Amino acid sequence: MKITEIIHDWLFSLMPETTASIVEMALIAVIYLAIFAVAGLYLVLLERRVAAWFQLRLGPNRVGYQGLLQTMADALKLVSKELTGTIKADKFLYNLAPYFVIVCALMAISIFPFTQEFQAFDINIGIFFLIAISSIGVIGILLAGWSSNNKFALIGAMRSGVQTISYELSVGLSLLTMVLITGSLQLSEIVEVQKHGWLIVQGHIPAMIAFCIYMIAGTAETNRAPFDLVEAESELGAGFHTEYSGMKFAYFFLAEFINMFIIASIATTIFFGAYLSPFGITESIPLLGVFWFLAKTLVLIFLMMWFRWTFPRLRIDQLLVLEWKYLLPLNLMNLILMALMVLLGLTIQF
Amino acid sequence: MSYFSDIYNGVKSLLTGMSVTGKYFLHSRKGAITQQYPDNRATLKMFERFRGEVVMPHDENNEHRCTGCQKCELACPNGSIEIIWDRQIDPETGKKKKMIDKHIYHLGMCTMCSLCIEACPTDAIKWAQNFENSVYDRTYLTRVLNKPGSKLMPGVED
Repeated sequence: MKITEIIHDWLFSLMPETTASIVEMALIAVIYLAIFAVAGLYLVLLERRVAAWFQLRLGPNRVGYQGLLQTMADALKLVSKELTGTIKADKFLYNLAPYFVIVCALMAISIFPFTQEFQAFDINIGIFFLIAISSIGVIGILLAGWSSNNKFALIGAMRSGVQTISYELSVGLSLLTMVLITGSLQLSEIVEVQKHGWLIVQGHIPAMIAFCIYMIAGTAETNRAPFDLVEAESELGAGFHTEYSGMKFAYFFLAEFINMFIIASIATTIFFGAYLSPFGITESIPLLGVFWFLAKTLVLIFLMMWFRWTFPRLRIDQLLVLEWKYLLPLNLMNLILMALMVLLGLTIQF
Repeated sequence: MSYFSDIYNGVKSLLTGMSVTGKYFLHSRKGAITQQYPDNRATLKMFERFRGEVVMPHDENNEHRCTGCQKCELACPNGSIEIIWDRQIDPETGKKKKMIDKHIYHLGMCTMCSLCIEACPTDAIKWAQNFENSVYDRTYLTRVLNKPGSKLMPGVED
């Protein structure tokens, strides 16, 4: 993009090379932080409105037009609140945990190709990186639960560990199924492949199965209902963040929504052609890629919200049965099916 | 092979559930049950069975239907109703007759159990649908239900 080039040149003319690149990195980090905060806040609002609509209510519509400033007000309230903690908590880990969670989420968000140019970090092991980062996030939750010195928090954190270890397999394998078509882990190349039809079309039946498994496992990864055993309000108080208050609680809350955004973004990138418009209708205007990317992501986020407000919470044994008895064998079968399809050239390409 | 039929039935039941909530989502604009309360204060009407407070309806001649039989006072489990009555000379027949002076109702003690209204043989008291019952001083919660100067509606005692 032109603007970024101008800023880049200006920075490098102003300072020595190392300083300039560090400043540039900092600038990009600040921009992503801003996107992160705004996206998180508005996802919270969206969740509340959508939840209300699913339950025949109206939802928050008082602060600002249609409640647009509601979450800003909530954030302000949370900032002004006292940070409480338990006496026997492990202070260092207790304070570290929220940042751990939020940094992991932020790192994952940096590699998405919002448009052809708007991608902060085009790493060649993109999908692998994403899977790795999303499983590191659980360490923050474990830290939070363990260091709070609270039995509810500990149980919640342990459940989170079980859940993430189980469902990580399904997320990884379903993405691997799609990598069979693309032949690359780099996100920009995956998008390049999809110029001949989105992967869900190219891979048809196995791709759809992989997508379904990915969405189920992804919902479990983000600890959202029906897989919210980690927080399970009715049994564990608030789960791993029972002892957190004020802004530290807000970090966990925001990270949860950003994780939802990340899961939906991965699905958009892998299955639905990232920033590519349907049938290439706006290919001449590359900037509209952001719009298409966000639109697809929002549809998938809506799907996850739909899950949340429809299905009751699973029991822990049901959770494990679903993963180990159903999703994983199906996923392996699906992987073989996809491999055969790619081998026999049965994919659909335009 | 119950394995695959289990998966099929599971997915089917999940989709059924999602279609139900999906319909709710689409109809939420029209069918929302939320009342935007202070805004629609003028038009908001409580439903028929709502128990706001006990009132005694009076007709246009300032006549009520309470004979002062005190059945409501006896029926009330926590003494919210007090009836002050005396024997006065009925102007029509010239005989002495039991008449209410004040029908006192303590809203602050009332649990809205509706036993008084069921006990009333002449339907003199009933539920009102108002719900803005908060006041700044609890003495306001003690209410005299019969209006000053009101009298018994003719024909109720027959």
